[in-house]
Amino acid sequence: MVRRFARAHPWWSIWIAVATLVLLYLIFAIWPPWLIALLGKKKLFLNSLFNGITLGSLYFLIASGFTLIFGLMRNVNLAHGSLYMLGGYIGYLVGDLTGYWLLAFPAAFVAVGLFGILLQYFVFRRMEGEDIRQTLVTLGISIVLADIMLWMFGGDFYNISPPSWLSGPMDTFFVTGVKRSSGELIYLKYPLVRIAILIASIVIGVGMWLALNRTRIGMLIRAGVDDRDILSASGIRIQLVFVAVFAFGAGLAGMAGVVGGTFQSIAPGEDIRFLLASLVVVIVGGMGSIPGAALGAVIIGIAEQFGSVYFPTYAVVVTFLIMVLVLAFRPRGLLGRN
Amino acid sequence: MADPAANGNTDSGGSRIGRVPAGYWLAGAFLLVVPSFASNFVMYQIFGWSFILGMISLSLMFLAGYGGMFSLAQMTVAGLAGYVVAICGTSAITDISQNWPWYINIPAALLIAAIFATIVGWLAVRTEGIYTIMITLAVASAFFYFTRQNYVLFNGFSGFNGIFPPQLFGVDWRNPIAFYYLALFWAVFWYLAVLYVSRSPMGLALQGIRDNPRRMAALGFDVTLHRVAAYTFAAFPAAIGGILLTWQSAQISPGTAGIGPVIDILVIAVIGGLRHPIGPFVGAFVYVILKSFSIDILVALGMAGERFQLLIGLGFLAIVFWSPDGLLGLWAKLRDLNRRDPLIGRLVRRL
Repeated sequence: MVRRFARAHPWWSIWIAVATLVLLYLIFAIWPPWLIALLGKKKLFLNSLFNGITLGSLYFLIASGFTLIFGLMRNVNLAHGSLYMLGGYIGYLVGDLTGYWLLAFPAAFVAVGLFGILLQYFVFRRMEGEDIRQTLVTLGISIVLADIMLWMFGGDFYNISPPSWLSGPMDTFFVTGVKRSSGELIYLKYPLVRIAILIASIVIGVGMWLALNRTRIGMLIRAGVDDRDILSASGIRIQLVFVAVFAFGAGLAGMAGVVGGTFQSIAPGEDIRFLLASLVVVIVGGMGSIPGAALGAVIIGIAEQFGSVYFPTYAVVVTFLIMVLVLAFRPRGLLGRN
Repeated sequence: MADPAANGNTDSGGSRIGRVPAGYWLAGAFLLVVPSFASNFVMYQIFGWSFILGMISLSLMFLAGYGGMFSLAQMTVAGLAGYVVAICGTSAITDISQNWPWYINIPAALLIAAIFATIVGWLAVRTEGIYTIMITLAVASAFFYFTRQNYVLFNGFSGFNGIFPPQLFGVDWRNPIAFYYLALFWAVFWYLAVLYVSRSPMGLALQGIRDNPRRMAALGFDVTLHRVAAYTFAAFPAAIGGILLTWQSAQISPGTAGIGPVIDILVIAVIGGLRHPIGPFVGAFVYVILKSFSIDILVALGMAGERFQLLIGLGFLAIVFWSPDGLLGLWAKLRDLNRRDPLIGRLVRRL
């Protein structure tokens, strides 16, 4: 596959190879003074790179559900951010009541997934094939949900605290610099919980890819993304597939809410923020594509972090410029099918 | 002349003026005499604000109803026009405002808004249907965050205040009566303009493209060009609405074109109805009434007063569920109910 790509796009391959080499150098080398003068401290660079990747993993958790639902049902679920927030609040309550952080994840997944089933069964099924109307309904639901949550939880910031075995920094093997006095190497310390979440979302992403490409239900979903009319005509009970996918996507968003509540915090307005993030991620990566969501999430996460570190005033514009560029040259997203 | 509101293209002879149904004359006459009995608050806040929101929603209705393009960036276009008036004209932020006279800064605002809308349109029409909602929502939020962070040009979080309309023809346009007529004039102007364009070759081609882009392309119409031109045209009512909005509140800040207002514009257009240009104004009136009196309504129902969003969200959901054509559709349905023949159950047209 790599060889085929290289043959088809020689210039792209060269650019990607050069960029990878530069990136590897930037990550592993001990920076010479001129580089520090150019980019600032290496610690800053590495921190924003890793923050970007971990933020990207959070975005991926949210956007993968969004893109799956979109790809299969052509339903732009504008209530996806509200599902994220709902999951965050539920996770907070469960974590607070039971004292087990890990329990918050299945609780949020199941609760928000059930809510997704209700939505799919009572709302979206009634207006199948009417894309715009479905989208408008999700918009209404998000307005209502946001206000109900504001009503119940108020405007406070809720922070889900990770357990003690996950809090605190962890030593990594990335060199940030050399001590001037002794010549010792300084290694980067990085919050353990972020690394745990990164690994968890990689596991979920790989699991999703395997489920989509290696199982029967995955086969049904892929077929549905390609042509849902033919799929339902061939005797598949497509409504069941729809309900399953919607529940799974909503559950993922709910779980992401717990992650987001641990990373940052849950507060009114976060729903819109993460809805927008998943919109941009999905637009950049390609609608309906899980690998696209992963690629888009990492690009947007890194761009946001680097933007806020290196040009704080225009961080949003960087994200937006990426979206415009992608739209201008590949209207269906980087990995979207034309 | 059975159904002038729903199918505006009926041609049953007679002069143009004579074909206007009586209800429109009544509504027009009523709106003209409102200042004789209404309080300043009603004129300035209720009617003035309804006209302004109606104009901005009208631009969305034009794109969505005739072009099938749900652009959430229309409030952003309005906000941009307001910002240009603040930046080029006079405001309390003297470091940034250029103090140019009105005959430069208003055309500049319209022009910049139109260029911006054209670029947004060019981006948005590369995709179709629901993608448009996503992309324009992303554009709108990028504008919001950008204005909030940029202090050089947009003065960041606090925005501009002290923006007043010019003292033209010796009239103080901030006076409630003058402002009422100003907003009324532009609302009627754009209502008629949208109606006119919808029946012009351009508007008919746009509706054809909405229904079947492939067939229109095969007939030799430039689909992309018509769509982008629709965005450009729709920029003008939005921009005028934005300028009036800025004058009405004498300020503009990122929140003016924030995510909430952006979605409100869509809500207004959908509640009113996307079939006819009167819809957005009906929707805007309902929205403003709800927003102004929701506290009283909710308290009367025994609920906390701040649940306005819940009320509007539930109303929006109900409309989308039961009447996709908004209040106008509801109205048409009710009227048809009366006109249905009880025996055959079919619509009887009154002649």
